[in-house]
Amino acid sequence: MDKFEKLTGVAAPLDMINVDTDMIIPKQFLKTIKRSGLGVSLFDEMRYDDDRNEKPDFVLNKPAYRNAEILVAGDNFGCGSSREHAPWAIKDFGIRCVIAPSFADIFYNNCFKNGILPIALPPEQVDLLMRDADKGENARMTVDLENQSITTSDGEVLTFEVDAFRKHCLLNGLDDIGLTMEKAPAIETYEVTLAQARPWV
Amino acid sequence: MSPKTLYDKIWDDHLVDEAEDGTCLLYIDRHLVHEVTSPQAFEGLRTSGRTVHAPERTIGVPDHNVPTTPGRDVHIDNEESRIQVEALDKNARDFGIHYYPVSDLRQGIVHIVGPEQGWTLPGMTVVCGDSHTATHGAFGALAHGIGTSEVEHVLATQTLIARKSKNMKVEITGKLAPGVTAKDITMSVIGTTGTAGGTGYVIEYCGEAIRDLSMEGRMTVCNMAIEGGARAGLIAPDDKTYAYCKGRPHAPKGAQWEAALNWWKTLFTDDDAKWDKVVTIRGEDIAPVVTWGTSPEDVLPITGVVPSADDFKGGKVDAAKRSLEYMGLTAGTPLCEIPIDTVFIGSCTNGRIEDLRAAAAILKGKKVADGVRAMVVPGSGLVRAQAEEEGLADIFKDAGFEWRLAGCSMCLAMNPDQLEPGERCAATSNRNFEGRQGRGGRTHLMSPAMAAAAAVTGRLTDVRELM
Repeated sequence: MDKFEKLTGVAAPLDMINVDTDMIIPKQFLKTIKRSGLGVSLFDEMRYDDDRNEKPDFVLNKPAYRNAEILVAGDNFGCGSSREHAPWAIKDFGIRCVIAPSFADIFYNNCFKNGILPIALPPEQVDLLMRDADKGENARMTVDLENQSITTSDGEVLTFEVDAFRKHCLLNGLDDIGLTMEKAPAIETYEVTLAQARPWV
Repeated sequence: MSPKTLYDKIWDDHLVDEAEDGTCLLYIDRHLVHEVTSPQAFEGLRTSGRTVHAPERTIGVPDHNVPTTPGRDVHIDNEESRIQVEALDKNARDFGIHYYPVSDLRQGIVHIVGPEQGWTLPGMTVVCGDSHTATHGAFGALAHGIGTSEVEHVLATQTLIARKSKNMKVEITGKLAPGVTAKDITMSVIGTTGTAGGTGYVIEYCGEAIRDLSMEGRMTVCNMAIEGGARAGLIAPDDKTYAYCKGRPHAPKGAQWEAALNWWKTLFTDDDAKWDKVVTIRGEDIAPVVTWGTSPEDVLPITGVVPSADDFKGGKVDAAKRSLEYMGLTAGTPLCEIPIDTVFIGSCTNGRIEDLRAAAAILKGKKVADGVRAMVVPGSGLVRAQAEEEGLADIFKDAGFEWRLAGCSMCLAMNPDQLEPGERCAATSNRNFEGRQGRGGRTHLMSPAMAAAAAVTGRLTDVRELM
């Protein structure tokens, strides 16, 4: 997995609540058997018209935000389907950090598995970052995972919470499966106990 | 010992390891896989030289993108869909997991097949790369969706890295009125709590109205826990649960059944257990409901009118404006005057035998309104066979419904069953998101009986008028 340490980049404002994973990546792009190449289809129905032309009003089509690496969004981001294609598409587009007042649970987990940092902040702080992101490509934010801080283009510093284990994995690009396999003896012990206690399982 | 909720008990029973920071390793009893969210996970195993740790606990079935028309076991026209289904065929074979291919009578939607085959049992942990895994919570199992990276993790280790959620109690007291179903309960809960109301929680549904539901109805309720934002939803097992499980192909038998039963009877929330959040709704207050917007929280009684964006606050004002525009609706229009052109009965929410019975009861001796395309998609081959045996299929066909083969179908339109732009559908599925049933398609969620009523009148309809 790619490491996430510190990121300075353009933040795109997507001021919508309940952005669901069907919006992030519609179902027709779920028919892939690969993880890559989904960035071009990110937010497909909001981003393109019926003739596949870009809709100029959509934030990621605006010149200022075409290379955005941070997304600032509304409440309950990533709700709906568990499709990991959503964070794959976000990452493939080039976005490595999503900031919102709250995230749907499965999407939030999926981000960490893909080197994306989701940051939940109180609504008033997200509003502040949304206004900062509105300034366009000159408004570059810095997200520092080690210090758990966000620095706005004006130099204002906000701090955020992140689970220590997830932070450790993200900072070091650690593969969950490899870490769990180090606990193989504990899994074996559990399975022995299970076979006795609940043999029907 | 301090009192525990049902969720606490199942969690503790499956704990393999707990780190100081609260990160846990949870043992997974049943892992269900389908063709859309698993290919990258199996590929990951191959490239890292890993195997499936417990193939005997892993069950695969293609459902999301299979067509629901005959001939699909011979050939699937859409190349990408075919490749995904073939990939699952091959992965199931290569890794030796239990498998129900398209050609198998038992094939169907993974969340219908699991319980039907007795894979899902009380007190288990059940995961699947699909958010509607919450369905299995109806058995008093801890069941939830996971991402593809987690699918790979479970395949490789039979465990999941997880942190414990908080406990939320949703109590539905009293009796339901005639015409009100499990779907109306679960949608009304979301209408009350919002789509983020359950975020960070596992919900236990309880109360007389929940106890009164059949297992099918309980599955409908738990299925949409995810639409309320919850990690999972569950219902304590009781005699109905045991009766449903008994005799299923993979349920325990003989002495093991007795042992299992004894353990299952310990699966309830202790008196005085601590709840982090409690929501109580009177069963008598629940009406047949429909959604008007593009979020599952946009729920109103069918007797209501389309709301105005000004009725809302905060970010919901813009969201409501956007929804009304997308849905092509005007504030103040009575919901029962909204014409529909498509009816979809099916999905993991409402594709079980009881759902088909409820719809058929409304349709018997009636016809689908002119200009309305109506389809019913049984949740599994076995549901389909049973419905044919009970004469339900004939009722649907006589009324003018298409009688399809099992699959996810128009719930998510990853297959040929899709809405055209602007088409409006009365659907028994679980999501009314923009484009969910096809680009530009408009979805109104409701119960099977309500969808059947809409099919007859050609508009959203209060089912009580047809009862």
